[in-house]
Amino acid sequence: MCGIAGIIHTDDRHGSPSRKILTAMIHTIRHRGPDEFGIYRDQYAGLGHARLSLIDLATGQQPMTNEDESLWIVFNGEIFNYLELRSELEKRGHRFRTHSDTEVILHAYETWGNDCFNKFNGQWAVALWNSRERSLILSRDRVGVRPLFIHQGHGRILFASEVKALFADPNVPREIDARGLDQTFTYWSPIAPTTMFKQIEAIVPGSVRTYRRDGTHTDELYWQMSFHERPFHSLREASEQLREHLDRATRLRILRADVPVGSYLSGGLDSSLVAKMGRNAKEGIFRTFSLRFDDAEYDETSYQRMMAETLDSNHAEIVVSRYDIARVFPDVIRHTEQPILRTAPAPLYLLSKLVREAGIKAVLTGEGADEMFAGYDLFREAKVRMFWSHQPDSQCRPRLFDRLYPYLARSPQSTKGMALEFWKQGLSDAGTPGFSHDPRWRTTSALKRFFSSEIKDSLLRHPAPSILDSLPLEFNRWDELAQAQYIEIATLLSGYLLSAQGDRMLMAHSVEGRFPFLDADVIEFSASLSAGYKLFGLDEKKIVKEAARTLIPDPIIQRQKQPYRAPDAASFVGDKVPEYVEEMLSENALRAANMFMPKSVRGLFAKCKQKGSNDLFSNSDNMALVGILSAQLMFHQMIAGPRHDNNTELDFTTDINIFTNDVENTIQ
Amino acid sequence: MRDKVHSFIQTNYIFDEKRTVGDDEQLLASGIIDSTGILELISFLEKEFSIIFDDQELVGENFNSIASIIAILQRKISKN
Repeated sequence: MCGIAGIIHTDDRHGSPSRKILTAMIHTIRHRGPDEFGIYRDQYAGLGHARLSLIDLATGQQPMTNEDESLWIVFNGEIFNYLELRSELEKRGHRFRTHSDTEVILHAYETWGNDCFNKFNGQWAVALWNSRERSLILSRDRVGVRPLFIHQGHGRILFASEVKALFADPNVPREIDARGLDQTFTYWSPIAPTTMFKQIEAIVPGSVRTYRRDGTHTDELYWQMSFHERPFHSLREASEQLREHLDRATRLRILRADVPVGSYLSGGLDSSLVAKMGRNAKEGIFRTFSLRFDDAEYDETSYQRMMAETLDSNHAEIVVSRYDIARVFPDVIRHTEQPILRTAPAPLYLLSKLVREAGIKAVLTGEGADEMFAGYDLFREAKVRMFWSHQPDSQCRPRLFDRLYPYLARSPQSTKGMALEFWKQGLSDAGTPGFSHDPRWRTTSALKRFFSSEIKDSLLRHPAPSILDSLPLEFNRWDELAQAQYIEIATLLSGYLLSAQGDRMLMAHSVEGRFPFLDADVIEFSASLSAGYKLFGLDEKKIVKEAARTLIPDPIIQRQKQPYRAPDAASFVGDKVPEYVEEMLSENALRAANMFMPKSVRGLFAKCKQKGSNDLFSNSDNMALVGILSAQLMFHQMIAGPRHDNNTELDFTTDINIFTNDVENTIQ
Repeated sequence: MRDKVHSFIQTNYIFDEKRTVGDDEQLLASGIIDSTGILELISFLEKEFSIIFDDQELVGENFNSIASIIAILQRKISKN
């Protein structure tokens, strides 16, 4: 796990890429890999690497090259099946100098070209520089676990793990892209290739981009989520197969590391299951980590401790309060590099700190299970709405919402009545793409009423791309659940959960996340299941519960699923709120960023403050306040703030300069 | 009555003086007022107009627009 960056010159007028800028780029993302730093420069290319050493600690340094030094690589991530691929490549005559997965990518690309990426089972963002052809190959893993951003302009291509590294170059413009903001206030995050910033693109998950020497490029999807049902004799047979796939995926993630791997324990089914499988994979001390909340509403301590006892793990906990969330929020946004509508990433930022302080560099988590096996309420809600749509006048059908959300049955009649009115909208669209997500997108889009007129005007001229315009051709052939899963994976999982709440929060403290539920074989297996194995009636993740039986305590399997939430707007009002909150939501700061109407935001903030931190905030106010505050922090840190620290010096353990005929003429 | 309702919705949900809410504009369907936020509106109406809504009146169609809110208020007040 690491940070990567690079500069490629596609014409001759620039001289060779600047060592100073490349160093500054790596310096901005050194949290991703504080163990070692490496740099490579030739006449046209500069590659930089910040290393978090997990595999082949002794010889895995980067940038790395092939036998004839024509192909150079910087790589962030893991190829978990690298030993199997290595032995296949050795049979074909390849000779290896190291024991790393990095070198396997080099030889695999030499052998299979772009087809190599579909052979990898892992999580990666990789850049390959072919110095002979002067081509650059950039690729990301299937679902976007690892980030990779690019900027192209004025005869140069820059790439990096995080946008802040691109901004370290003074020639890269820093400007908000209204389309990214619009997507965030619809889907909860920008959807690759769109980002929050103009002229900055994200490489699309599951794709490979190839830049030719003249700067033109082609994009190729080497993989796309695709559902192909196959028959199973019984739930038991299918669940046994899932258990085998998941066990193998977990073992790979525990054993393919030269350092100990720990596990998160949320108290839910998914992390408990992978922790158990991780525990079984290796003898010795097993470390687990949990997040607890001061607010009882969000706390899951009893289940976490029950699982830790079952595992006999060395368990550590951190208790997070509203004040903690407000305190770290600016740092959280410096890492997310995008606005967020919930504070949920903030506690995870604190949890990864705990992990790192415990000396652990990699953790298993249950991320991905809810998308692959239909764990979210959204899937159940879509099913009830679909059922209701067959008889929209029915009084009985919507009563299923009481089963879905037990709090509704206990809620005031007004809440229930209004919720039904809301869900009733769009019932006539049942069967059309996006039906499943319409309630979420409608709720979120309503927040666009805070957008400034400049943002609204910009969106009229250049509307944000809709996910519904880029669905696969076969989308309409899938069942309704599969369609909803596809959209969920392409939007919330990739852009928010794995990024703002995943990679960025873990890497902020140099911790790598490993996700058995997002193993390539587990994904393929999930896509082969009929809907009933995933969502049985309204019983979510049926097959996962079955697979977990006898492995984890029954109360954890049977408990009502609790979505991971943290206190939102309540964190930013009250006595102990840090000063930056008032400052970021001041008229001046709002005018400077020009994303939201100052008066409207002031009105919202006044309302929230009047309510006080102990009152109940509406979902809409919660999202609005957190979304606007985070967008403001992002602007003032990333766009209005300095591009990088004053001192960007690094000690490079790998320092390669290949120049012929004294062509080095850098603009340092 | 209309002004009071308009003003409350403007101040608590729209937050924008320049944007006026049409009497027939959908408030619940559009997501401007959500199922938790509606509590604030009901409490305001009950307090401001000294009325109590019965359970069977607390359905979406009575609160989905300013026009429907005015209509239910008028019915309630004339009954009293």
